[in-house]
Amino acid sequence: MQRRRTRPERRRTTLPQHGQIDDAALVTSEVTPAGDGKILLLACGALAREILAVTKGNGWDHLDLHCLPAILHNAPDRIPDAVEHAVKKYQQAYQQIFVVYADCGTGGVLKQRCAELGVEMMAGPHCYSFYEGNDAFADHSDEITAFYLTDFLVRQFDAFITQPLSLDRNPELREMYFGNYTKLVYQSQIEDPLLLEKAKYYAEFLQLEFEHRPTGYGDLQTELAALKSAP
Amino acid sequence: MSDEEDDIILSELNDEELVQQMFDDLYDGLKEEIEESVNILLERKWEPYRILTEALVGGMTIVGQDFRDGILFVPEVLLAANAMKGGMAILKPLLIETGAPRVGKMVMGTVKGDIHDIGKNLVGMMMEGAGFEIVDLGINTDVDGYLNAIKEEGADILGMSALLTTTMPYMKVVIDTMVELGIRDDYIVLVGGAPLNDEFGRAIGADAYCRDAAVAVETAKELIARKHNQMSA
Repeated sequence: MQRRRTRPERRRTTLPQHGQIDDAALVTSEVTPAGDGKILLLACGALAREILAVTKGNGWDHLDLHCLPAILHNAPDRIPDAVEHAVKKYQQAYQQIFVVYADCGTGGVLKQRCAELGVEMMAGPHCYSFYEGNDAFADHSDEITAFYLTDFLVRQFDAFITQPLSLDRNPELREMYFGNYTKLVYQSQIEDPLLLEKAKYYAEFLQLEFEHRPTGYGDLQTELAALKSAP
Repeated sequence: MSDEEDDIILSELNDEELVQQMFDDLYDGLKEEIEESVNILLERKWEPYRILTEALVGGMTIVGQDFRDGILFVPEVLLAANAMKGGMAILKPLLIETGAPRVGKMVMGTVKGDIHDIGKNLVGMMMEGAGFEIVDLGINTDVDGYLNAIKEEGADILGMSALLTTTMPYMKVVIDTMVELGIRDDYIVLVGGAPLNDEFGRAIGADAYCRDAAVAVETAKELIARKHNQMSA
């Protein structure tokens, strides 16, 4: 009786180096390190562009970057193993590895795994939190009906929201997914009128109130600034 | 849709073919077709409870199995659930009239601080389909909400759901309060939600963690039967 649906195989490509950041590729692909720098930032692909903006903008050449596919955001149980695999792959080549993931829905498992591997990681529950600053975000603990978007998620809304939830083919599911939410909070890392317009459009699409909360890079910048390489 | 599919006239199918077609239609999330088929079976004098269990629950069981096996994904399951809901809406008043068997009563809700209810709603629907009476407290439910409801409703089972790692610890708050009040053993406590697992369920003192709606139904039936056996022993 069971009929087998076939789904298109995901395209898997590896970016040659992080000088060429392509948002769409970051969703399912890894960003390989450039091979320079003494500290490796092992990060979620959803942070790649923002991390490079911070490191290059500050001339922090001691920080190299390896990103895991951003779509792991939608499957947090797979993050700890993916991080462990990458740590073991690169730990001999760097003085230090710093994991640029927050808890990200792993329920403390990622923190425990990082401790076992002897690497440090970002503090906080989510990137939404450390972008705003974990302390400031904690003040919104009563904001349970807010749906958060960052610059990356606005740019990749279709790949992360519309398509996986099938809202393009079945818009009637919107109520089942988002009926309990009341507002969309757009946390912008950069000032970009086009992204702002897109975020407003998505709020309308999801039938949610819209709030724009410019955050900049928040704790991300602070934490990366604290990473100093040994001479 | 192909011409062949267009040619299917539900009322011309015999009972067995129609039930098989309902399995297909549930799988494809076709709500109107399910509603039509339910009405056809009622016209053919099927008992509402038989339609519910053989056609709707039977079809949703296949959907649940294929979801567990990674063949179907959340959107397809939601469409199927929506189609089943259409059928249930027709059957529900008739089930009350005809006095369908009641296996037990479950009070359920998503825990405080959490607004996610897709999984909870699926569990509620499948439990109803299996003969349980469901009192759904909705989302963002606090200790008092749960405890008042299980008492007032005379529930057999308390079901708690959470999607967030930040909210799932609240389940322990509820269970600890039940222990403090000396009522923990009066109820079966089932917990579920994407970030949970068996270990978490045991650690917080729940009777069981249920990874999906089908497991919730089977677990609830088993624990209710065990409770009845203990009481009659």
